[in-house]
Amino acid sequence: MAKILMKGNEAIGAAAIKAGCRYFFGYPITPQNELPEYMSREMQKVGGCFVQAESEVSAINMVYGAAGTGARVMTSSSSPGIALKQEGISYIAGAELPCVIVNISRGGPGLGGIQPSQADYFQSTRGGGNGDYRLLVYAPATLQEAVDLTMEAFEAADFYRNPVMVIGDGMIGQMMEPIEFKEPAKRELPPKDWATTGTKGVRKPNIINSLALDPAELEKHNIHLQKKYAEMEKNEVRYEMYNMENPEIVMVAYGTTARVVKNAIAMLKEAGINAGLIRPITLWPFPTKAFDEIPANAKALLSVEMSMGQMIDDVKIANNGRLPVHFYGRAGGMIPTPDAVVDKVKEILGGVK
Amino acid sequence: MAVIFERTNGLTEKPFHYCPGCTHGVIHRLVGEVLEELGVLGETIGVAPVGCSVLAYDYFNCDMHEAAHGRAPAVATGIKRVFPDKVVFTYQGDGDLASIGTAEIIHVAHRAEKITTIFVNNAIYGMTGGQMAPTTLIGQKATTAPYGRDAGATGRPLKVSEMLATIDGAVFVERVAVNTPANIRKAKKAIKKAFEVQLSGEGFGIVEILSTCPTNWGLTPTESLKWLEENMMPYYPLGNFRTPEEVK
Amino acid sequence: MATQQVICAGFGGQGVMSMGQLLTYAGMIEDKNVSWLPSYGPEMRGGTANCSVIISEKPVGSPIVTHATSAIVMNLPSLLKFEKDLVEGGILLINSSLIERKASRDDVKAYYVPANEIANEIGNAKVANMVMLGAFLELTKVVSVDSIIAALKKVFGPAKEHLIPMNKEALEKGAEAVRG
Repeated sequence: MAKILMKGNEAIGAAAIKAGCRYFFGYPITPQNELPEYMSREMQKVGGCFVQAESEVSAINMVYGAAGTGARVMTSSSSPGIALKQEGISYIAGAELPCVIVNISRGGPGLGGIQPSQADYFQSTRGGGNGDYRLLVYAPATLQEAVDLTMEAFEAADFYRNPVMVIGDGMIGQMMEPIEFKEPAKRELPPKDWATTGTKGVRKPNIINSLALDPAELEKHNIHLQKKYAEMEKNEVRYEMYNMENPEIVMVAYGTTARVVKNAIAMLKEAGINAGLIRPITLWPFPTKAFDEIPANAKALLSVEMSMGQMIDDVKIANNGRLPVHFYGRAGGMIPTPDAVVDKVKEILGGVK
Repeated sequence: MAVIFERTNGLTEKPFHYCPGCTHGVIHRLVGEVLEELGVLGETIGVAPVGCSVLAYDYFNCDMHEAAHGRAPAVATGIKRVFPDKVVFTYQGDGDLASIGTAEIIHVAHRAEKITTIFVNNAIYGMTGGQMAPTTLIGQKATTAPYGRDAGATGRPLKVSEMLATIDGAVFVERVAVNTPANIRKAKKAIKKAFEVQLSGEGFGIVEILSTCPTNWGLTPTESLKWLEENMMPYYPLGNFRTPEEVK
Repeated sequence: MATQQVICAGFGGQGVMSMGQLLTYAGMIEDKNVSWLPSYGPEMRGGTANCSVIISEKPVGSPIVTHATSAIVMNLPSLLKFEKDLVEGGILLINSSLIERKASRDDVKAYYVPANEIANEIGNAKVANMVMLGAFLELTKVVSVDSIIAALKKVFGPAKEHLIPMNKEALEKGAEAVRG
């Protein structure tokens, strides 16, 4: 298929529909509005359904209901709206239902701003909702990747019976890039024999539930979930190693920040400094093993984020005390410039030498 | 020997956990019987609330979905939008529906979702231990209103049926009680009508059922039935507030 | 071709967003790597609007233009905001119909195009953006005029195809204005 030029928010919507998503429940919030708008236009053309809910809380609970029927279903929002969805996300994870949640994130805390930000790293990887649960979190850096990962998200959600988040900052939502819709690798999906489709009088009722009043039973459920998350850690980690042959310093960045870092790497090369990049594509599970592959001559790590320092916690865990870990970040919708990253690298290497 | 009463197939074999004298059991039976009589059990998906009836998913003999507190109408919306031809109902108490879930119940009516809500109003939070609900009567004692509900500090009880009857999408709204055999029969009729309205695709239907809570009211089961009649019914008058004919 | 980092800026309604999109679309048609990033938010409502366009032989890194090779400015606030972002030797295209001031830097190549006057001569004030785009293409040859026309056809669809000749004329008049 030929490449087409689309805005990120619409491309994600198109990818979802191509992946078989037929139900979308949302609520307006900038900078993701083009996504529900696109769904309201396109869902009826494919026999699907779009509902603008009265709140993000309701939207995610509509997702909870629709996911229980076994349908492919999605919601999208931006940071404060995702905060409101946390209750439902926890229930969906607890009840083990598949769904896809898109966060086109913006600066916080509180109402914050509307410009690009990565300050929801904790929210998405640590879970803003209650209980021991995990989301598979994809962080695309390009629109092609946003499209590919959105399609993949539905497969992974069905495979693990788990909510999957696609997180992009406002830039991913607003920008246009050429994209191509490619069939995702099909997984061997288990039948949805747990879904609320009506008993037809021929089977025992199916019950979608996250309540377990017996502590021993609930612990058992938690252990079961943990095993599933361990499988995800084993099989779903994705990352990109960029210019990692012989780096003096290794930067860690995801999403559009990683693109800024790539520019910085090109500028550093001209200045005779070899810098590499580890780009997590899954924020959870975090690509810990990438840090085992760092060549021995690397002198330092630098976490570059559009936040005051959140992913750096995972970088430190993955680094396990081997290299000094530095941080450079901008917040509130300010975007790091390649020049500033270059300066930071020079400052660090100057200090190491 | 002739069988004059048997357990409806609309309910599972699981024994209820409800307190002695609680009317949840009666209401469960009525809903189960109606679903069975309409022949829709195998095509029904129910949504359970948070509250005393949180375990309703174990009792109804159909597919069930347990929702977060107050969110049953949103969950039901998600289900109904996937399966417009199946029967979807929520079963909610007054803390769930009239307090934390007010946005969800108003907007499920506002969107005229073709679902049925069974709203059990016993004027108190049961499961959490007798706290004040928006439906608690003036002067009624609750664990968070130890001196009795004071209108000056907490307002006056919320009349859910009257409120929902102002919304066009709510095409069937009726308040019933389950304090006497005659009222129980009327309650069943209303429940049946509410499901029929859903089946004909006319809009949202709700039956508010005045119910008892002997445990948290601190009364015996028979005293509770009397208290319901003498205190709740004057403030929450029984009757129909909306039928599809009126809406047209 | 070196990577082109282009800023298109003006106030809402001047067509700066669509000018940037056409350029991006044309780049894609020519199999180049492209990105388009708009400013967004309340400033879109009648205030200043701008977009960053990158056209490159290599994969596009950051979609934000920080070292602009060209800036197309349609009004004074845009000139004041973006002139400093140009690289040395960069191209500064100024809509002299609305901007009386000259470029303050002497290490950039400034061109003055009376885009609104030219658009009015053509008969539609709305094509001022296409006049500027025509001038830009003439100076940079980033993409061909044919690719822009092909992109226009895609964007307009069959219903608005009758608008193509006018837009083509605007592109040509813009090119003439800087041909020196």
